[in-house]
Amino acid sequence: MDLAGLFAQLLNGIQYGLLLFLIASGLTLIFGVMGIINLAHGSLFMVGAYTAFVVTSATGSLWLALPAGIVGGIALGLLLERFLFRFFYHREHLDQVLLTFALILLFEEARSLLVGNDFYSVPIPAVLDFSIPVTDGFSYSAYRFAVIGICLLLAALMFLWIERTRLGAIIRAAAEKPEMVDILGIDARRIHLVVFAVGTALALMAGVLAAPLYSVYPNMGDGFLIISFVVVVIGGLGSVSGAFWSALLIGLVDTLGKAYVPVVAGLAVYVLMAVVLLWRPFGLFGARSS
Amino acid sequence: MLPETKYGWMGLVLGAAALAALPLFAPPYYVELGTYAVIAAMLALSLQLLVGCTGLVSLGHGAFYGLAAYAVYLVTPESKGLSIFVTLPIAVLVAGLAALVVGALSLRTRGFFFLMVTLAFGQMVFFLFHDTKIGGGADGAFLARPTLSFLGYELTLTRRQRPIAIYYVGLMQMVLMYSGLAFLLRSLFGRVLEGIRVNEHRMQAIGYNTYRYKLAAFVIAGMLAGVAGHMWAMHRGFVNPELVGWHRSAEALLMILLGGLHTLHGPILGALAYTGLGELAQSLTERKLLVQGLVILAVVLVLPRGLSGLRFPRDWRRKLPFASEEKPVPEAPAESLRHG
Repeated sequence: MDLAGLFAQLLNGIQYGLLLFLIASGLTLIFGVMGIINLAHGSLFMVGAYTAFVVTSATGSLWLALPAGIVGGIALGLLLERFLFRFFYHREHLDQVLLTFALILLFEEARSLLVGNDFYSVPIPAVLDFSIPVTDGFSYSAYRFAVIGICLLLAALMFLWIERTRLGAIIRAAAEKPEMVDILGIDARRIHLVVFAVGTALALMAGVLAAPLYSVYPNMGDGFLIISFVVVVIGGLGSVSGAFWSALLIGLVDTLGKAYVPVVAGLAVYVLMAVVLLWRPFGLFGARSS
Repeated sequence: MLPETKYGWMGLVLGAAALAALPLFAPPYYVELGTYAVIAAMLALSLQLLVGCTGLVSLGHGAFYGLAAYAVYLVTPESKGLSIFVTLPIAVLVAGLAALVVGALSLRTRGFFFLMVTLAFGQMVFFLFHDTKIGGGADGAFLARPTLSFLGYELTLTRRQRPIAIYYVGLMQMVLMYSGLAFLLRSLFGRVLEGIRVNEHRMQAIGYNTYRYKLAAFVIAGMLAGVAGHMWAMHRGFVNPELVGWHRSAEALLMILLGGLHTLHGPILGALAYTGLGELAQSLTERKLLVQGLVILAVVLVLPRGLSGLRFPRDWRRKLPFASEEKPVPEAPAESLRHG
């Protein structure tokens, strides 16, 4: 095992983990605040990736896809919350699972109708299509560095928003004790709209950034969805910082596993999750111990 | 869980008769479709023991179904199929043992976490078959189908007779499963499961070790899913990792909700409706998923009690269409639903 290869795999793992964080943070916020199990979150990621594909093939620039993803994500999130998810906050888990499963099917059909069922690759933007030499004899893709940078920036913004602003405090409170937030006279519906829109926009962003790395293909959201659930569960439900660390952990375990022990790599993260849950039933960073 | 009115019983008997008579009037293609529906119904029935009866929503039930099918593949020699009396017990045993292990671990968690742990175990089984060469890898593998033979005497069937025989074998198993579950749920064991669904803390307070009851239900449900998985192997003679994937589990949940929660005929109704719907959508529009997705959406939005929640008005003078005869089941406290 050469050192340069290991180094590259470590960076790959971090980059993968940070992308997972973008998906998982939305998932964990939506569950934490609204109590919704959103299986369609992977489809939102898929929508982002296809947005990147459509925008780049129309305009030739991935940089236009980023704002398109953000705006589209916010709009889609607002629509979904206002007209669908709002009616499911107090329904049983089973109903939520089925609603969002139906959404997966519908998103896949919409994708199939609009873009088709083929694999497409999305070119890396020309500005970043080179390698940065890190040490002698080892260089690493500039685009992947950029992805790491953008994800870290978004994570920092998320952290500031959740931990340092008034709205963030309300969201944390709503995740912890929803009744209390109601009693204080805060309009929960507005909070729900905001959280859902942000979560959706993050998932779309992740999709846009991921498109040049993984290309776009049918059912691509599925694998990311399940892994993101693992991240959320290990990190503790509703905890954004927990999601951050567990996303990095899962990203590294999965990437290093696939590189060095491919036979068990698929299993590894699920074994990890089962072990964590049996050891700490509310996740590594989960505060709830009732 | 059994019908409570004479109309209910009449419906049940008529439905059973219609299913039994299917090969007499339906072309072979529809008999095969019926076999698929019966297999799906058995999977949904087995899951109903967990979801509708005990209140445990599992997203990993497909694992036991798929494991049973893979067990048939692994014990069958390449050239000659084994007797169903050998393969069925093995498949059920494998599924039951797996359910014992998975259940013992995952039942330590509740609610959302239970959903996720069962999903994780399901995915483990999926990747076990997907990434290794145990069962033909990602492409799957063909197997010699189990035969209908007993003590050296084998029922020989022509190519035309075989699908019909397989259909009846499946239908028989489904009827047995339905009756078995109906009796089980009328027993004290079934009552305790029902109590756990409504209020687990209260059952604990009365003095029941609810963990053991839930584990028993989990293992029985796993074994019954094994029966369905074995039937799949017998019908198709092919296994692939998709059998184990979580979409299968989600579809089974869907059939339950489509047919109706908290009833035993619900899953069967749901499986028939779902299979029929898929077939209809495929032949009409080529957009199977679109139609299925819309129907699920409609059911979740407007029919929370499923198809069996639909009722003819009992008293025509009181104009209350679709009014339910049953009293609403008291909900468990919202807190335990939300945070497990």
